[in-house]
Amino acid sequence: MAKITYIEHSGKSHTLEVANGLTVMEGAVQNNIPGIDADCGGSCACATCHVYVDEKWFDKLPEKESAEEDMLDMAFEPKKLSRLSCQLTVSDALDGLVVKMPSKQG
Amino acid sequence: MIKTDVLVIGAGPVGLFAVHQLGIIGLKAEIVDNLDKVGGQCIELYPDKPIYDIPAIPKCTGESLTKNLLEQIKPFQTNFHLNERVQEISKENNQWKIKTNKNKIFISPNIIIAGGVGSFEPRKFSIKEADLYENKEIFYSVKDKNFFKGKKVCIFGGGDSALDWAIELSKFADITLVHRRSEFRGAEHSAQLIRKLEKEGKVKIKTPFQIQSISGKDKINSITIKSENGKTEEIKTDFLLGFFGLIMKLGPIAEWGLNLNKKTIPVNTENFQTNKEGIFAIGDICTYPGKLKLILSGFHEGALAARACFKLARPNEKYRFEFTTTSKNIQEKLGVKKSD
Repeated sequence: MAKITYIEHSGKSHTLEVANGLTVMEGAVQNNIPGIDADCGGSCACATCHVYVDEKWFDKLPEKESAEEDMLDMAFEPKKLSRLSCQLTVSDALDGLVVKMPSKQG
Repeated sequence: MIKTDVLVIGAGPVGLFAVHQLGIIGLKAEIVDNLDKVGGQCIELYPDKPIYDIPAIPKCTGESLTKNLLEQIKPFQTNFHLNERVQEISKENNQWKIKTNKNKIFISPNIIIAGGVGSFEPRKFSIKEADLYENKEIFYSVKDKNFFKGKKVCIFGGGDSALDWAIELSKFADITLVHRRSEFRGAEHSAQLIRKLEKEGKVKIKTPFQIQSISGKDKINSITIKSENGKTEEIKTDFLLGFFGLIMKLGPIAEWGLNLNKKTIPVNTENFQTNKEGIFAIGDICTYPGKLKLILSGFHEGALAARACFKLARPNEKYRFEFTTTSKNIQEKLGVKKSD
């Protein structure tokens, strides 16, 4: 279980407990957090679960695989701290993670 | 005007198999898709990626799945209306009148929406001012390459479309390729070729850069690009081409008075009908308690929706359940010869 904070582009913040084994994307979608679309359902094929990871957290996350980096080319306004939330699996190690959503997903 | 028993929207695997299920019970279908090819997400998002959960097929690619489904529906000689999007629907004399963006009209008692997550549209530049120049100096596809002859063109993106067009247009235009990172995800040989062209001075490459602003009045004069560490550069250019892949948009479906739950359409699981009689939704676009977004679920949904279509297309006939293995009637429709 990890406490994850999702911050909408407007600044509105949602902190929730997400079970281990789910992805950061699923944590948002299952709890109706706006700003993460996940059109493809989590198969790293659409770039609509794009988030900016808090700077303090970015290096603690497992590195991107090349498929995620390729997909980020298509994300809306990708930046240095960009990740696809469907590729981040929740574990105790992610307790306290903060992610921000872009102004839109596409 | 085209009269049919069922109009299928979406030529992905689920739409294709629905045509099969309609065909074996004797219903004629027409199929419309916004993409220029058949296969939907399978072809557009992961043509080469393996799929492992199609029953009785341990492993296949999106491309081979599509090919096999086309083979399976061949006997029904279905008309495909590709590059075409259904725009409006209305009810006339108990039939649906369906109009596409090319002003084609279909008349049908049934519509099956197998639209995935909506229609694919190009992703655009994120900066707002890009809209002002769209289809004038900013394009997301190339219709006539000669249009760019002798011009300054900035191409954005790192995939095959961006690389292929940079290579092709560099033969007769002044090309700058801009990408957000230094690696290109396009084919290895294209990436090598573009580096070679850069060395020969035939193409300029700017990485890792993204667009920051466009300046110009009636037409584009120059653009400013910005790197991750804040460095900016101004580039004089006549045209911009953006190749950022495709995004799925629900599009006109949202305007048809169907109940919606986010981007999905609630259906009843008896026949996959929506809140409108004669309009069914199957595959990723439909939702119901327990819905799984799997291709195999879409196949099942199409089989049931097809039987429901029969009632509306053949109100005076009785549908009789038959197996393909034993039914002469079905085998005739499939064109099976005794020796097969």
